[in-house]
Amino acid sequence: MENLSKKNFSLKTFFLQWEWLLVLLFILVNIINTNLSPYYLNFNSLRDATMTFLDKAFMVFPMVLIIILRDIDISVASIVALASVIMAHLYSLGVPMEMTIVICLAVGAICGLINGLLIVKFKELSAVIVTLSTMIIYRGIAYIILEDQSAGSFPEWFGFLGWGYVFGIPFILIAFVVMAIIFGLLLHKTTFGRRVYAIGNNPTAARFSGVQVDKIKVIVFTLAGIMAAITALFLTSRMGSTRPNVATGYELDVIAMVVLGGISTAGGKGRMVGAVIAVFLIGFLRNGLGLINMPAQVLMIIIGLLLIIAVMVPNLKPKVKLKTKAVKSQSKQIAG
Amino acid sequence: MSEKPTAKVSLSASIARFREVGLLGFIILMSIVVQLRNPSFLTLENLNDMITNTAILSILAIGMMLVIITGGIDLSIGATLALSGMITALTVGAYPNLNPIMAILLGILVGIVSGGILGVIISKGGVLPIIATLGMMYIFRGLTFMVSGGKWVSAHQMPVSFKGIATGSFLGINNLILIAVITYLIFFYFINHTRTGRQIYAVGSNPDSAKISGINHDRIIWLVYTLMGGLSGLAGVLWVSKFASAQGDTASGYELTVIAACVLGGVNIAGGSGKISGLILGSVLIGILNNALPLINVSPFWQMGIQGSIILIAVILNALVKRGVDLNALMRRKI
Amino acid sequence: MKKLSMIFLSIFMVFSVLAACSQSAPSSSGGKEQGAKDGKKRFAIVFKNTGNPYGEKQMEGFKNAIEELGHEAILKAPDQPTAEAQIQMIEELISQKVDSIAIVGNDPDALQPALKKAMDQGIKVLSLDSAVNAKSRMVHVNQADPERIGRVQIQAISEMIGGKGQIAVLSATSQATNQNTWIEWMKKELEDPKYKDIELVKVAYGDDLRDKSVSETEALLKSYPNLKGIIAPTTVGIAAAGKVLTDKGLKGKVKLTGLGLPSEMAEYIESGVCDWMYLWNPIDVGYLAGYAADALVSGKITGKVGDKFTAGDLGDKEVVQDGDGTQIMLGDPFKFDSGNIAEWKEVY
Repeated sequence: MENLSKKNFSLKTFFLQWEWLLVLLFILVNIINTNLSPYYLNFNSLRDATMTFLDKAFMVFPMVLIIILRDIDISVASIVALASVIMAHLYSLGVPMEMTIVICLAVGAICGLINGLLIVKFKELSAVIVTLSTMIIYRGIAYIILEDQSAGSFPEWFGFLGWGYVFGIPFILIAFVVMAIIFGLLLHKTTFGRRVYAIGNNPTAARFSGVQVDKIKVIVFTLAGIMAAITALFLTSRMGSTRPNVATGYELDVIAMVVLGGISTAGGKGRMVGAVIAVFLIGFLRNGLGLINMPAQVLMIIIGLLLIIAVMVPNLKPKVKLKTKAVKSQSKQIAG
Repeated sequence: MSEKPTAKVSLSASIARFREVGLLGFIILMSIVVQLRNPSFLTLENLNDMITNTAILSILAIGMMLVIITGGIDLSIGATLALSGMITALTVGAYPNLNPIMAILLGILVGIVSGGILGVIISKGGVLPIIATLGMMYIFRGLTFMVSGGKWVSAHQMPVSFKGIATGSFLGINNLILIAVITYLIFFYFINHTRTGRQIYAVGSNPDSAKISGINHDRIIWLVYTLMGGLSGLAGVLWVSKFASAQGDTASGYELTVIAACVLGGVNIAGGSGKISGLILGSVLIGILNNALPLINVSPFWQMGIQGSIILIAVILNALVKRGVDLNALMRRKI
Repeated sequence: MKKLSMIFLSIFMVFSVLAACSQSAPSSSGGKEQGAKDGKKRFAIVFKNTGNPYGEKQMEGFKNAIEELGHEAILKAPDQPTAEAQIQMIEELISQKVDSIAIVGNDPDALQPALKKAMDQGIKVLSLDSAVNAKSRMVHVNQADPERIGRVQIQAISEMIGGKGQIAVLSATSQATNQNTWIEWMKKELEDPKYKDIELVKVAYGDDLRDKSVSETEALLKSYPNLKGIIAPTTVGIAAAGKVLTDKGLKGKVKLTGLGLPSEMAEYIESGVCDWMYLWNPIDVGYLAGYAADALVSGKITGKVGDKFTAGDLGDKEVVQDGDGTQIMLGDPFKFDSGNIAEWKEVY
């Protein structure tokens, strides 16, 4: 018992520091950007910059849950493509737009549900291989539906999702903040969230203490599907049309944001707020460097370095690491 | 006394064999279906093409297997491959008289350096493999674009000897196949018959007890990423030589194909297990998919969906077969 | 509670930063005159992706033209060839209040909202090479008439194979709009009775990946043992096909033509695997786009049919009709054969 509370304590201080570090980095990035480009510190430009990176950020929330569960979902970008393509295709066939939006969300939910069911029914297959296969399949279906065509010409109001403002604030930013609060509360204030952490810390112990591991996993993966569909809505609205190859490579961007946010791929650790800050950190960094027209290759190197250094710095405190490791191996023994 | 352990060994060996037989059966079944649709599938020429095209994949798969056995993953190999290929191509372009062996060694060196840096970041820096390799993927890819200045190295800029690496043959067997076979033999020996090789498994299956039993955990982790880098470097040279062109975006996204080959071959993504024989089957299955789908004349728009479905079916079947075997074993134990 | 407060704190942070920015930069939507501050106008070009020699040359030509005119050129290309990445770049250029954006579209339709926003803010938008739809541009700079590009390749392959036999097309991705248009025109040309003995057996997609293009070429050769010719209207595809035909010793048995970079194809044209192929000069395409952008910004042209301007070394150019929109035509595709490949392979 003493050990356990100690662990909580050290982790808490550790992660408080982590998120403050992110905030510091965020401020630093803004200061640097302001000095680099005369166009950076401008309300309109910053406001509109958020619109360019927030579409994929909706997938960050469920990915936080999934990574806390020690799993990973690399099929999310393909779900975006499939949901978007089905929505656009049905609309071009004459289905009302409102209806196709509902269908889009349903497609996302079904894809996520399939992922979740496959993962809990075939426990010997890891989430990586299941979502790797469905990643290919979902995008494959999108290709089968639209072939070499693009579909679009949506009604005027649909463009509001990605381009509209409410009281001068981008609608997509408002939606993002609302979702961030919902998912933050879900993870940190509900039994569901506590169970997610419990599973991530020690799946076996969680199972023995009566947590319905399978049910929670299926729910989380379904949520990931739904959020991918929401990304599909915003992305399609921003592009005004869609193709089977949209959102290619988004999964890695999303995973990078989550991990930069301090969510450990070893499971059980990390908080929603870190991921939210990481979204803005990477987004604003990209925007600032884009404004001084930094070549894409240099930008890639900077993002890569940022990822590695940001994750490496806190690890240079061996004491904390050792402590958590010791606790872990102990709890493993108990579970075994 | 001496009979009991041998019986146990043969049982576990037969289980393992059975798993691979399942995959082999699947491959044979698929080959028959393809052969019925297009009789040119099982011709010597096509088989030769197919194995040649799969050689690079299978070389990368060995390194990826080692990485996965330690519980890690390497997303940077496509970028390492491109970087080493580009540097080698630029070098042979500038010094056309360079011996092809030297070119290969140069590529391996570039890969080893890249992999070594990555290994240090993971083993000493304590960065999780997925994030370290993701970060290095961006960095290596960016570096590739920078050293090339956005240009490609084309066929006419490469000396004949360099292009000959991939097109030449020895005793009628293509060099790429030979290099892959030699690599497999070396690594088969390394993994199964050397102390370090066995330690890789130990680290993967139980890091804590490996540490207690005196295995230098950090060194092993560093080693697997360095080996992976070296193999990616080798693959980079072979790739550039085979296609006679070096681009900045060479092999982008190829890491997922390699991971798929490993997982199909029965390498446990959670670490600790994986065998060379399974790896060969996994690579062959991917090779057949890439080779056969264009041959059987399905609509190009269906190819992706079919490919994904076959991978999913193969891993699920494999899991079911394993379940059956485990159940049998359990029942036997009860008796 | 701490966690919750952290969330709110971070959200508050974001907003406060936004608010702070709005205060310190009151002249936000103020000035189109800002660009002309130091007398130099700024012209941007956005290519499909970085690390593509064809694109580098196009951007080089654009830069040459803009610098000849005494303005400043901004060259941009995302790391992946996606419309999403280009939308982000367009937003960045709008924030920088550039005078003009020239874009090589990764998707004809998906950039429409972003480019419309740019035009609403007074930025002159034109596309070059790979067109965006008529609603999202003022004018398009066309490297060559797509009809001519399509038809000339069929004429070439027909001449190579003696007007008889099976042919196949090896394209880029199935989503590549330029290639799809050219293939449509190829099919129309084939309807001519003089090609009645030529059969187009398959359109394969190599996705502009070396390994896939090679596999697809090998599959074509095996599935159609009597194949006489391959048309590959894409740089990676034609070079990969050239490599396969070389390695398999099929020179002379299976003919190859299409569109490719001279530097990539020099090897195969010199060896005779490919008798000749076509392309235009990407430097000229960029150069023409540079002059067209300047003409739009200075008001010399508005993108209407019949507008005329002088494009530096390229002489006088006229805006002509193109479907719903308008375009400026560079010229006919240029033929590369063993006679001229040696001098061009060093250029691009």
